[in-house]
Amino acid sequence: MAAVADTAKSIEAAAGDESPMARAWLRLKRRKSAMFGLGVVILLILVAVFAPLISPFDPAQQAYAFVRKAPSWRNWLGTDESGRDILSRVIWGARASLLAGVVSVAIALGLGVPIGILAGYSGGWTDAIISRITDALLAIPFLILAIALAAFLGPSLTNAMIAIGVTATPIFIRLTRGQVLVVKTEDYVEAARAVGNNPLRIAFRHILPNIMPALLVQASLTIAAAIIAEASLSFLGLGQQPPAPSWGSMLNTAQRFLNNAPWMAIWPGVAIFSTVLSFNLLGDGLRDALDPKER
Amino acid sequence: MKRIILAIAALLFHAAVPAAAQTTLRIGLAEDPDVLDPTLGRTYVGRIVFASICDKLFDIDDKLAIVPQLALSHETSSDGRTVTLKLRPGVKFHDGETMDADAVKFSLDRHITFPSSFRKPELAAVDTIDVVDAMTVKLNLKNAFSPLIAQLSDRAGMIVSPKAAKDAGDKFGLKPVCAGPYKFVERVQQDRIVVEKFADYWNAKDVTIDKIIYRPIVDSTVRLANLKSGSLDLIERALATDLKEIKADSRLKLALQTEIDYQGLTLNLANSPAGKDGPFGKSPKARQALEAAIDREALNQVVFNGEALPGNQWISPKNPYYQQKFPVPARDVAKAKKLLAEAGLKAPVAVDFMVPNNPESRQAAEVIQSMAAEAGFDMKIRVTEFATALKEAEDGRFQAFFIGWSGRVDPDGNLFVFKKTKAPQNNGFYSDPEVDQWLDDSRKVSGVAERKAIYEKIMAKELDAGSIIYLYHRPVIIAHSVKLDGYRQLPDGLVRVVGVRIRP
Amino acid sequence: MLMFLARRLLQLLPTLFFVSVIIFGLQQLLPGDPALAMAGEERDPAVLDQIRRQYNLDQPIYLQYFYWIGGILTGNLGESMRLKESVFTLIAQKFPVTLQLALMAIVVSLSVGVTAGIISAVYKNTRLDYAVNVLALTGISTPNFWLGIMLIFLFSVHLGWLPASGYVSPFEDFWMSMKTTILPAFVLGNSFAAVLMRHTRSAMLAAMTSDYVRTARAKGLAERIVVLKHAMRNALTPVITLGALELGTLLSGAVLTEQVFSIPGFGKLIVDSVFNRDYAVVQGVTLVTATTYILLNLAADIAYVLVNPRLRE
Repeated sequence: MAAVADTAKSIEAAAGDESPMARAWLRLKRRKSAMFGLGVVILLILVAVFAPLISPFDPAQQAYAFVRKAPSWRNWLGTDESGRDILSRVIWGARASLLAGVVSVAIALGLGVPIGILAGYSGGWTDAIISRITDALLAIPFLILAIALAAFLGPSLTNAMIAIGVTATPIFIRLTRGQVLVVKTEDYVEAARAVGNNPLRIAFRHILPNIMPALLVQASLTIAAAIIAEASLSFLGLGQQPPAPSWGSMLNTAQRFLNNAPWMAIWPGVAIFSTVLSFNLLGDGLRDALDPKER
Repeated sequence: MKRIILAIAALLFHAAVPAAAQTTLRIGLAEDPDVLDPTLGRTYVGRIVFASICDKLFDIDDKLAIVPQLALSHETSSDGRTVTLKLRPGVKFHDGETMDADAVKFSLDRHITFPSSFRKPELAAVDTIDVVDAMTVKLNLKNAFSPLIAQLSDRAGMIVSPKAAKDAGDKFGLKPVCAGPYKFVERVQQDRIVVEKFADYWNAKDVTIDKIIYRPIVDSTVRLANLKSGSLDLIERALATDLKEIKADSRLKLALQTEIDYQGLTLNLANSPAGKDGPFGKSPKARQALEAAIDREALNQVVFNGEALPGNQWISPKNPYYQQKFPVPARDVAKAKKLLAEAGLKAPVAVDFMVPNNPESRQAAEVIQSMAAEAGFDMKIRVTEFATALKEAEDGRFQAFFIGWSGRVDPDGNLFVFKKTKAPQNNGFYSDPEVDQWLDDSRKVSGVAERKAIYEKIMAKELDAGSIIYLYHRPVIIAHSVKLDGYRQLPDGLVRVVGVRIRP
Repeated sequence: MLMFLARRLLQLLPTLFFVSVIIFGLQQLLPGDPALAMAGEERDPAVLDQIRRQYNLDQPIYLQYFYWIGGILTGNLGESMRLKESVFTLIAQKFPVTLQLALMAIVVSLSVGVTAGIISAVYKNTRLDYAVNVLALTGISTPNFWLGIMLIFLFSVHLGWLPASGYVSPFEDFWMSMKTTILPAFVLGNSFAAVLMRHTRSAMLAAMTSDYVRTARAKGLAERIVVLKHAMRNALTPVITLGALELGTLLSGAVLTEQVFSIPGFGKLIVDSVFNRDYAVVQGVTLVTATTYILLNLAADIAYVLVNPRLRE
C-alpha cells in the first residue's frame, strides 16, 4: 500500500523536462522481462483478433473419427472429446480470456474509481459507510462472491465478466480512496479548491491524473487475476457457453479424460499460465517504471 | 506439553495397530449422499448407502423381478384394493428391537404422514394399514395400484426401528437404525460414511465383510486413481471412456449392467410462451424432425465408447415392457429436413437448449447440437447448474432440456409423473386426455401383457407428438479389486454387499 | 494505542453487519428454488410446500434475515436442509481440515518464500535474483486448479506415489495424513510463497541499507552473520504481518483446491452448498470465513502498528 501511495509523488517529482509518462516508458523499455511480457500480450491480442485466419480448424467442428486423438501432424495439440482440434480451441479461447481480463477490469475501474474518489474526497459518513462496505466485501472470499454473482446473472461469458468486475471493484475503491487521501492535501488541490472549482471538476481534472499511475499498475495486475478468475468460473461451468471454447471449460472437460487424453488438460493450462504470466511481468515492470524507488 | 505428546503418541500407536483380521470394504461414491433417512432421502447415491443399512420389504433380482426381503410374500385381492404381506420372522433392528407387523405399520405410516416425507407420492394409494397378527400386515388401498410392490422394493419399503425413529424425530437420518446387514457407525459429511457388520442380521451367514467405508469422490479420474492405487476397493459410476484402462489392469474387475434409467430430451410443448410459441409447441412434426436428426449410435460411440444402450422408450430395449413394435430409429437427415418444412418452420430453427452443468451432459449436448444443425436446428446450448435448471424447467424457461431419470424398477415409475397432465415432472406440459385415461388404467391391471398393451397405445402417441425424446440408457459400470469375490450387479446400480467376500 | 484499538474494534461492528447483509443478499440472488434443488428427482408440490414452510422460505426476505441474525446472536447457525445436520457441527467437522491445510501451506510457503526472498535480496540484480523472481511470478501466474490437476496426474495417476484425493486426519494416521495433504498444501502454498518472497525481498533490501546493518558491517562482522542475524530479524516482522494480510487469499484459494482434491474442508463445503442451494450452510460458513478474515486482518494491523510505532497516530 505504502509503495503505491508513493508512486503518485514520485511521478510528479519526475515531472521535469520530459513528460512523466515518457520517462516511465523509457524506464519500462529498459526492463527486459516487462518488454517480454508486453510482447506476449501483444502477440496474444493478435492471435485473438486473427483467430479465424490462423486457426487450422473451426473450433466447434466435431469429427467423430478423431475423438481424443493424441497430438499428430493433423492436430498439433491433439483433439478433444468430440474430435475438435485443441490448437484451434486454444487459439479461439484467447478471445474469451483476454476479453474477460480487460472488460472485467474496466468494469471494476469504472465502478471503483468514482466510488473511491467520492469516499476519499467527501470523507465523513459517506466515507465511513463506503469503507465499511468495502471491508465487508473484501472479507468474503473472492471466488465465492464471483460464483454467487455469476450464478445469479446466469452463466455466460458476459455475465462472468460482470461478476468478476463487480467482485474486483472493492480493490479499486480502496486503492483510489487511499490515493485521493494523499493527493487531497497537496497544494495544487487545495489551491483549486480555494479558487472555488467545484468538487467534481477537481476530482477529474486534478486528482484523477495524479492517481493514474497507481491505478495502471493495479489494473494490469488485476487483469492477470481476472483471467484466472474467468478460467475458474468456466472451470465450474459458470463462464463461456459451449460450443464456444474457453480455456477454463476446456480444463473442466479435460479432468474426466486425464487417464486417456492428458493433452487435453495440458495446453489450455499452459495458455492460461503464459497469458497471466505476461500480464504479471508487464504489471511488475510498470510498477518499477512508475516507481523507481522500489528497485 | 509432555502429556500432549504422550497423548498424541498413544493415538498414533493405537492407529498403527491393526485389529485382528478385520475386513474392510472401501467404496468410492460419485457424490456425497443426502440425509440417510429413508423417509426424507432423495438421491440416487443415498440409495447406495441404504442398500447396506436398511433392508426393504422386497428386493429385486437381475431380471427386475420382485423377490422377498423383510416380507416373505405378498397377496393382492382380486379387486386390487387390499395387499396382504407376510413378514419374515426373527428379524432384529440394529438397536435390538424386533421387526414385526407393528414396526412395518409404523414405518409405512411414517413414510406417509411425516410432514416433509418424499415417500408420500409413492405410497399415495395406501389408505390405511392393518396389523393382522405379529407377522402379517394388510394394506388397504384407495384404488388398485399395481406398481405398489415395486415401490416397496425401494425406500418406501424400508422399515425403520420405531423406537429409534420416535426418539430422533427428523434427526433420524443422522443415525439411522434399520434392519439391514450393516449398522451405521459414523458420518463425516463429504468425507466418509462408516458402517459395520450387524451380528444379529437375519441372513448374517452371508455377510462376511466386517466394515464398509463409503467415500464420496466426485472426480471420476481421481476415483479411479484411488481404486488403482488400492486406497479404494470398489468404485461406482466409472466412466465408459476409462473401460479400456480398467480392463487392462489385472488387479481390477468390472461389473456391467444396463441401468433402469433413461436419458433424453424433454421438449417444452406448452409450458409458458417459450413452450407454446416454440417450435415444439407449434408442431409435433418439429419433435419428429429432431428425433430423426439424431444418430443415437454415434452419440453412444462418442460419449460412452459404445457402452450405453441406445433407446427410444422410457424403458430400455432389454426391459420386458419394451415395445418391439417401435424399434430405435436410424438417423435420417433428409426426413428431418422434410418434417421441418412440413411443420412450416424455416431453418435455422432456434431452440433454447438447457443442459445441466456436468461434463457428460455437456458433451452429449454438443454432439446433439452438431447433429441437429445438419437438419436445420440451431440448438443454443445454455449450460445451467442443476439447482437452477430444475426451477427453469418448472417455470417453462426452456424449449429442450437435456435431462434423464435415474429410473424405477416398475415402468410406471419412469412414465406416470412425466406424462400425466399437470404431474410434477411433466415440465413440457404434455397433456392428452386419452393418455391420462390410459395411464390410470395401466395402474389398475397387473399382468405384464395387459399393462404392455396399454403402454403400447401411450408409446404410439409419444413417438408421434410427445414431450420426451428418449435417447439412451446409461451403463452401470462398477469397477472393483479382484480381491472381491461374488460381487454381482443389478440393473438399479446399487451396491449390494451381502454374499461378497474379500480375499486376503 | 488503546485509542487505535478501540477505533478498530468499533469499526468491526458495521463491517460485520454489512458482511451479514451481503452474504444474505447474495444467496437470495441465487437463482433456483432451494426446496426444489433439495428435492432433486422427488418433486412433489405438497412436500415442497411443507419444506418451504419448515425453513421459513415462504416468509418475506427481511423476516428470513431476522430469523437468521436472531439465530446467530443466540448461537444458532441453523441447520442444513440437505443433511439435517446443524451448521455448527458441519463447521466443527470442516474447520480442522482447512486449518491443517492452511497451516501446511503456510509452512511450505514460509520456508520456500522467505528463503527465496533473502537469496534474491542478497544477490540483488544478479541472474540468481532474476531466476528467483521469475519463479515467484510463475507461482503467482499458475491457476491453482490446473496445478492441482497436473499434480494429480503426475503423482497419483501416472506415478502412483501419492493418493489422489481424500483426507485422513493426522490423529488417525499421521503419515497417511501427510500424504493426502501434501499436494493440496503445495498447490495452496505455491502462490502464497511467491507473495511472501516478494515481501521478503523488499523488506530485506530496505533492511540491508539501514543504519544498524551498516553499523554491523562497519564492525567487521562476516556478511553471513550480518544478513542472517541483523538484517533478517528486522525484515521478518513486516513480512509476517504483511503475510497475515494475505491469509484471506489463502482461504479463497482453498475453495478450488479442495474441490480439485476432494478435501472435505470449508471451501468444498461452501461450493457444494452454493450448488445445492443449502442456504443455511452457505450463510454460516461464509460468515465464519469472513469473520476469521476480518479478525486476522485486525491482528495483523495491530501487530503492524506495534512494530511501527510511527503509525499509531
